Amino acid sequence: MDYTADQSGFRQQPTMRLRNYSAEGPDASQLFEDTSGVGSASQSGLRNQQAGPQSSGFAGQSLLSEPMSNLAMAYGSSLASQGREMVDKNLDRFIPISKLKYYFAVDTVYVGRKLGLLVFPYMHENWEVSYQQDTPVAPRFDVNAPDLYIPAMGFITYVLVAGLALGTQNRFSPELLGVQASSALVWLIMEVLAVLLSLYLVTVNTDLTTIDLLAFSGYKYVGMIVGVVAGLLFGRPGYYLSLLWCCAAIFVFMIRTLRLKLLSEAVAEGKLVRGARNQLRMYLTMSIAAAQPVFMYWLTYHLIR
Amino acid sequence: RSEKMAFTLYSLIQAAILCVNAVAVLHEERFLSKIGWGVDQSVGGFGDEPGIKVQLMNLVRSVRTVMRVPLIAVNSVCIVLLLLFG
Repeated sequence: MDYTADQSGFRQQPTMRLRNYSAEGPDASQLFEDTSGVGSASQSGLRNQQAGPQSSGFAGQSLLSEPMSNLAMAYGSSLASQGREMVDKNLDRFIPISKLKYYFAVDTVYVGRKLGLLVFPYMHENWEVSYQQDTPVAPRFDVNAPDLYIPAMGFITYVLVAGLALGTQNRFSPELLGVQASSALVWLIMEVLAVLLSLYLVTVNTDLTTIDLLAFSGYKYVGMIVGVVAGLLFGRPGYYLSLLWCCAAIFVFMIRTLRLKLLSEAVAEGKLVRGARNQLRMYLTMSIAAAQPVFMYWLTYHLIR
Repeated sequence: RSEKMAFTLYSLIQAAILCVNAVAVLHEERFLSKIGWGVDQSVGGFGDEPGIKVQLMNLVRSVRTVMRVPLIAVNSVCIVLLLLFG
């Protein structure tokens, strides 16, 4: 497939290879649109130069035309693909990798709106996530859907900003970056496990998956970064003011988002008789939301002197 | 200041192993039944929702059942590693 010269020689082959890989299935083109239309001219120019000598090398090899090595290659590749299928299927049971791609299907508009929501959630009215059958809602279609792009980028940026803050106080050394990263990761894992445990104990029937909880817990990194940067620019008063603002914003954001997911069953049923159960769920929502500012302060106060 | 916060993934794994061991040593008839946390006391109403205590008891029982054999292996590995490397 790659070696058929249908158009003008080598110049078309790299772009054909690109298009073959990007048009894997119908959902791939729906989730991730190919925004490289403008940039592909310059990109394919670069790849031409890299792939040119490689293609000529491949075409010239006579090893691949021998029948025995063809058979061996076919057998080896089928064995490898079988092995990979098995690993994927087993791994998919524990970590839902096939669902992960939905959480990264973001676009710039969504990221901008979500960041605005995280810092200023007071004007937003409709917090309901539109329902979709089996698959998680891709964030590019609904601004209320959780994503993993912002938490991942926020985590990495937090580690870098922490290194910057430590550097301005002459306390920096390269292994401190690793220490910051691993301790923040440990706190994140413990928080997600604590939320999972409390959700199990209160027997809430919700469609919140573990990845959703991970996403919600990761949204606080945005507030932490804003706080630390303000602290670097304006000193302690700036840090405290911006951290206060971001803590309040994250608190309101979490309450409004979780209220629909945790309490929706009770609200939809309209059963106000069981006051104890509703009250317990409300307490659970409030404690999850209140844990966010605590973590935000705990993870950043040592960075500002 | 940062040494206090130097939580690594390794310390998380250690804490997890210790916690699971702690849950696994709770004996069913000698201890849990005596304090009213046995499995025979967890049969609640059918249509009613299980409360927190029942959920906790179920959690303890299922952790003990599931983690009994893997804990043997994990503990042996830990003991050998700690003996060898301190």
